[in-house]
Order: sequence, then C-alpha cells, then structure tokens
Amino acid sequence: MSKKFWETLPQGSVVLEAGSSAKFKTGGWRSMKPKWIEENCIQCLFCWMYCPDMSVKVTAEGKRAEFNYDYCKGCGICALECPGKKGNKAIVMEEEGK
Amino acid sequence: MGKIVAVTGNEACAQALKQINPDVCAAYPITPATDLMQRFSSYVNNGQVDTELVLVESEHSAMSACIGAAAAGGRVATATSSQGLALMWEMLYIAAGTRLPIIMPLVNRALSAPLNIHGDHSDGMGARDTGWIQLYSENAQEAYDNTIQAFKIAEHMDIRLPAMVCMDGFIVSHSIERVEYIDDADVKNFVGKFQAVNPLLDLDKPKSYGPLILTDLYHEYKRAQHEVMTKVPKVVLEVAAEFEKMTGRKYSLFETYRLEDAEIAIVVMSSAAGTTKDIIDQYRDKGVKIGLLKPRMFRPFPYLEIADALKHLKAIAVLDRADSFGGYGPLFMEIASAVTSMDTKPAMINKIFGLGGRDYLPEQGEHVIDELINVAKTGKVQTVKEYIGVRE
Ligand code: SF4
Ligand code: SF4
Repeated sequence: MSKKFWETLPQGSVVLEAGSSAKFKTGGWRSMKPKWIEENCIQCLFCWMYCPDMSVKVTAEGKRAEFNYDYCKGCGICALECPGKKGNKAIVMEEEGK
Repeated sequence: MGKIVAVTGNEACAQALKQINPDVCAAYPITPATDLMQRFSSYVNNGQVDTELVLVESEHSAMSACIGAAAAGGRVATATSSQGLALMWEMLYIAAGTRLPIIMPLVNRALSAPLNIHGDHSDGMGARDTGWIQLYSENAQEAYDNTIQAFKIAEHMDIRLPAMVCMDGFIVSHSIERVEYIDDADVKNFVGKFQAVNPLLDLDKPKSYGPLILTDLYHEYKRAQHEVMTKVPKVVLEVAAEFEKMTGRKYSLFETYRLEDAEIAIVVMSSAAGTTKDIIDQYRDKGVKIGLLKPRMFRPFPYLEIADALKHLKAIAVLDRADSFGGYGPLFMEIASAVTSMDTKPAMINKIFGLGGRDYLPEQGEHVIDELINVAKTGKVQTVKEYIGVRE
C-alpha cells in the first residue's frame, strides 16, 4: 500500500536538508527597498556585517557588491549603519515599487 | 534476583534513573519532586552515574535544556511537580511535536491558587493535551517499574515521544514502602543502548530542528502525531510483557480488581486505588458485587479496551483527584467517552475527591458505594458531579 502524504513527512518536522532556507525567497515581504549609491561607498562592509539576512553580496575580492533582493526584507539596518562618504549615505531606503 | 528495600517513591524513581544513567538531566527543584532530583544529583556528585546534570534557573529552562539535549542525540530525563510543570507548558508541546523521547517523573501536586504543596492530579491533567504519554502509578513499586518501562516505550522506534510517569505527591513520593529493585545489569539490558534519531551532533549530516510550518503542512504534521499515539498501546503492552518476564510483575493499560463478575464499579487512578481495593473487599464480604478499574495509561487513553472491561456493569462511579471547573472531572470525561461505544450504557456518577492532598478516607469510598448500589437499583442519577470529603 502506498503511503499517504502525511506519512512521508520527516519525524518531528526536522529539516534534513542543509541550507534549504535558500529555497525560501523572503524578498516578497519587503515594503522598503535599500538602494546602493556606489560613489558614496567607502567599502567598510558594515552593511554586510549588520545585515541579518546575508542580503549584501560581496565579490570574490572582498568588495561590496549589489544587494540580493531575493532575500532582502527591507529592514533598513544597513542604511542606518552605513557611514557613507562625507555625510552622504551610500545606502538609502526607497518605497518598494516606486 | 533483585533486592527488596524500604524506600519512598522519590527514592525509587531516583534509583531507576541511576540504573538507567541518562546522558543529560536538566532539573529545577520543586516540592514534592525536589527530593527525587536531589537524590539523583548526589549520584552525579558521587560518580555513580556519568550524567551531565544541568542546573537551570527555572522549569521552562529545564525542559528547554532537555529538548536541546534530546535533539542533540542524548537519552534525557528530568522531574517536576505542579507549578513547575505549569511553567514548562510551552516546552511540553515542543518536546512532543518534535518527537523527543524525554522521560519525566511527575510527582503530582495541586496547582495554585491557593498555594498548596500536596498531592492531586491537577498538574498532570493540565498536561493532558500536550502529546506526552502519561502513566499513573499507585505506589512506589509502580513508580519505579513505570519509570524503567517508560524509557523503553518512549524510545521505541515506532514511538519516539516524551513520557511522564506520575505518582501522588507525598502520599507516594514521601512514604516509605516495600519495593523490589531490579539488578543494575538487568535494568541496563532491559532499556538497551540509546539510539538517537536525527541527532544534531551528527555534524556530517547537518539538519535544523523547529522550523516554521504554516497552513500548507501543519495540519499534516498533527495528523502524523495523532497516528503515533495510536501505536503506543501496542508498545506499552509489549514492554509490559517483557517486563513481566524479567520481574514477574504484571502491567497493562489499566488494572482491574474483582471486576469480572461485578455489577457496579469504581474507576480511580493512583494511590486512591489501593484504599478503594480494601473497601471493595469489605463490600464483597457483604455480598455486594463491586469491582475496580484503575487506568494506568491516561495518554493515549485506551477507550475501546476500557469500554470492553466495563460493558457488563449497571453503574459506575468515577473518582477524580482533579477538577475541570465548569465541566466534569477529567477522568470522568474519558470514561463517559469510552461508554459511548457501548450498546447498553451503565449509569454514571462523578466524585471529586482529595484535592490539595485532602485524605481519601475509607468512609468516603463507602458513601460512594452506597450511592452506587442505589443508582444501580433505580437506574437513576441524582447529581452527576459532586465533591466528596468536603467540610460542611
Ligand atoms: S534592508 Fe535589511 S535585509 Fe535588506 S540588505 Fe539591508 S540590512 Fe539586509
Ligand atoms: S556600509 Fe555603506 S559605505 Fe560601508 S560598504 Fe556598505 S554601502 Fe559601502
């Protein structure tokens, strides 16, 4: 007899696949979107350090790269922490869809 | 051959834990369970067990630490009572839903308010729906035997659920009784080596515990959890049969006493069942056909098996050592549910007794039986639920 769907679920809802949260794109939760202004960026990588969701990409050379909008929830922490250059922020928050 | 000793219920349970030697125990003291874990902590201190004893700052933390240790892949135990169990409430569901076979002696005690440290079943009944297996014990011997069997039941590969072993606070936990201990080697051999399922510490196979499961799958996980509970009775009986082979002591889902030819019966759990058996003997001597049924496994509740054992009766009195305010006593509700499957239903009455450790005296049982004889004769019930042993 073939198993019913609920009988095939892993016992105790344990997730047995490592890194499977990458499949769950949380970017759709975002109402505010961070925008990177490269000319104001001093490459301090505060944004990368503070982002709770690994949504700030870094190149193989260790340089600040674009946001990963598949997962960025728009919390604004990166924009708050960004020192920018001479008082000009390198990250600003914009309303999503504008 | 084991050893015959004179010990309290707490001492007997601590001995069972010592013989099993769990990997991790996380505990917080609470009367009347304090003495159990205090004894166990001296075994840890004396090097008689190599358990990692985690002394935490609350029962919520105790159960949390147990959950973590069980998910890591260890054999885990703790013990508590009353408010301690109440504080664990959130974590109890997580232990069961995550399918972690944690073992917990629950020394039954009343819940506040008013504050009371003595025995009743309010705590255990409050945890009825948490998904834990519950075994209730009449005396120290049963508490000891049930603790050992609980490990084998909970850790069975078809089950993997947490289990509580209940005994009456003070009445059993602090009274010295004759208990037969099983040899250390036999206990070890009986429970076997612990086998972890999906241990977090198996670092080559990374995994996550406790994910968010919403409307797409939650319902299915609960369906699966219900299914596991339906498999418990078979395992409880298998483990009991194996236990009987080792010790000669017989266990089942419930115990019956002079019930086969009875016309009326009392259903009661734990220590009060012992007193009730004596009263039943007196009435039997007078020619009254009365018997007793004492549930041992309260969760899952063996509705059909109990219905089969009660189906020939004219009247039943269910004695509850806990109340569901605004409802009938919790044991009565289960027996009433069991009765729905019968063709001819016996008349039923519910008595609430012994709350906050109030003594259950023989004359209380006698009054219940006298009323029950009348109910059986007339088929009429005056009041379904009533408190007995109340000062008026
Ligand atoms: S808005 Fe929040 S989630 Fe998005 S990149 Fe900045 S810190 Fe990360
Ligand atoms: S925090 Fe601002 S300045 Fe620093 S790397 Fe990020 S964007 Fe550039």
